[in-house]
Amino acid sequence: MSASPDLENGSVAEAVNPSVREYLQAYWTRVKAGDLGSLPIIFGLIAIGIIFQTQSDVFLSAPNFVNLIRQAAGLMLIAMGVVFVLLIGEIDLSVGYVSAVVGVSMTLLLREAGVNWDWWFVIPLALAIGASIGLFHGFIITKARVPSFVVTLAGFLVWSGVVLILATEFTDSGTILIQDDFVIGIANAFLSDFWGWALAAAAVGGYAFLQLAQRRARSVAGLPVRPLLVVAAQVSALGVVVAIAVSIANSDRGVPMVALLFIFFLVFWSFIAARTRFGRHVYAVGGNPEAARRAGINVDRIRIIVFMIASFMAGVGGIVLASRLRSVDPAAGGGNLLLNAIAAAVIGGTSLFGGHGKVISALLGALVIASLDNGLGLIPNLPSGVKFVVTALVLLAAVLVDSFTRRRQQASGIA
Amino acid sequence: MCERGRWVLASPFRVQGSSAVADVGEPILQLKGVSKHFGAVKALEKVDFEVRLGEVMALVGDNGAGKSTLVKGIAGIYRYDEGEIVFEGKPVKIHGPSDTADLGIEIVYQDLSLADNLDVVANMFLGREEIKTPYRLNEASMEKSSRETLDSLSVTTLTSVRQTVAGLSGGQRQAVAVAKAVMWNSKVVILDEPTAALGVAQTRQVLDLVARLAGRGLAVVIISHNLHDIFEVAHRITVLRLGQRVAIYKTQDTNQQEVVEAITAGTVESVPGMAS
Repeated sequence: MSASPDLENGSVAEAVNPSVREYLQAYWTRVKAGDLGSLPIIFGLIAIGIIFQTQSDVFLSAPNFVNLIRQAAGLMLIAMGVVFVLLIGEIDLSVGYVSAVVGVSMTLLLREAGVNWDWWFVIPLALAIGASIGLFHGFIITKARVPSFVVTLAGFLVWSGVVLILATEFTDSGTILIQDDFVIGIANAFLSDFWGWALAAAAVGGYAFLQLAQRRARSVAGLPVRPLLVVAAQVSALGVVVAIAVSIANSDRGVPMVALLFIFFLVFWSFIAARTRFGRHVYAVGGNPEAARRAGINVDRIRIIVFMIASFMAGVGGIVLASRLRSVDPAAGGGNLLLNAIAAAVIGGTSLFGGHGKVISALLGALVIASLDNGLGLIPNLPSGVKFVVTALVLLAAVLVDSFTRRRQQASGIA
Repeated sequence: MCERGRWVLASPFRVQGSSAVADVGEPILQLKGVSKHFGAVKALEKVDFEVRLGEVMALVGDNGAGKSTLVKGIAGIYRYDEGEIVFEGKPVKIHGPSDTADLGIEIVYQDLSLADNLDVVANMFLGREEIKTPYRLNEASMEKSSRETLDSLSVTTLTSVRQTVAGLSGGQRQAVAVAKAVMWNSKVVILDEPTAALGVAQTRQVLDLVARLAGRGLAVVIISHNLHDIFEVAHRITVLRLGQRVAIYKTQDTNQQEVVEAITAGTVESVPGMAS
């Protein structure tokens, strides 16, 4: 590289489009240097599929596949918000119970014995409650300069209490049923075969369009672009995976409606994180808050908005979880929900130390956790404690892979 | 190595030889009798300071001499208690960092202005990202501008502007920080200890870059503890001691001995702590 003739006239290497071979070589060099991207988790998911299928042939069956997506959906949505919080190097311990506050609020507002409002009014209202909880957390964290760990730990307790109060206020048992068909449909309805394929086509087509548009913009600006063949290969790979998923789902009940929801949020938040000024500032605040401040970024504003995103997405997840159970009860939002949401983001490859990660890591991580949960449940005579142990080991493995690859990246200078 | 070959071109002698150019012209940035007190402590006491276009002005002094305070006043982090800031012949008021940037003054802080996890392009445009169609970042255009700016400064050691800053050497990081500062049509660039913690080769890279900035007609202020570096690139040297300006030299008319004497024993008009 230092022998390049470009040094003669002092210019950075001219824009030369790499051939497929050069591109693959460069990619392999990056992988060897520790820039693994989503590779470990994709191999992890394949390994999980193989292991559980050998233990129980139900695991990869169509009905179980559809169940798996429905089980993972709530966690995925909550974990997307957690990704943003981790990106700025903070933590939100309240997402579990905030999701329950939103779910319970929604259920109460829908009650026929109560105010009996319509779903199209209640859902935005419940989500606004979620977002304002985030605003409240963010405000205290930034203005009073209290660590997010403490503020959201207080939130964890407060909101668990609020859930208990709200749920037991109106019924003795605390279990409140949801009777609105639309709300129940969020997690329990399925797309028809046709709309399942339409969704698949839209997803793959949209991805291809974005890739080509980006490539064209670079080409117009005279910057090196990826070989067309590589883009085509990526689009086809996505197409194959999506097509297999849709055909399996269609052979059972169809693509769950909730898939539409998490794909929408996945695309939306990925766009926000990677392609907007706000997203860039989120990464900057996570990487070096002082540099962000000196660059004129309003760091407090970014932090507050991120906590609002976390609580908002917790709310979306809470609605999905309530919808799946068709009811809420005082135990909503408890159990392992919070820890699983944080674990999903981390297993998916988002760093706990800020600045590194992608929104899709929420989806992949939640899929791993839900698969373990689902798969271990299918194995007969397995003590339930094993589930926790295995999930913990996977989490540890993910963190170790992250730590190892990061050290490797630093050593090779690509970080 | 070809890197070595390039350094011959960028010999310090060329820089000193060209210092005659900087002798003419009005100062672009001038501080007239600025003072800053922190309680009873007089961090700056009626200090005059100036820098011209095309000139490298060094600001030297021992720890606590007031260098940082002086720069923070220009940066808009502090406000001087008295005195005047004159920019392009007109008195100006600086109320905050954005006023400084609006005037065309950029300050490169040592290692504080880059986010390690972002790539070179993202860092160079941090806080001033280009946007197209409502909200989308204009990545292609930003990458192009970054590349052009780095090219124009002859920063050749970067293999890719899509590399994260964490993977860069100290010299490369400093080069990116400087390139970031000059990309915004700035007229004055202030470098705070740009060569601290750098190795020999990397220090050379940075000094080379400093000389090139002045060669492009910018006014450059360099704060450093390293007199050797300063004698290589600076046209003039301002010496602060105990919050006062004790000397100003043309580099070609002085030597390190004299500057060291001014730093450690320059005559101050009033001794802090004594009634003046």
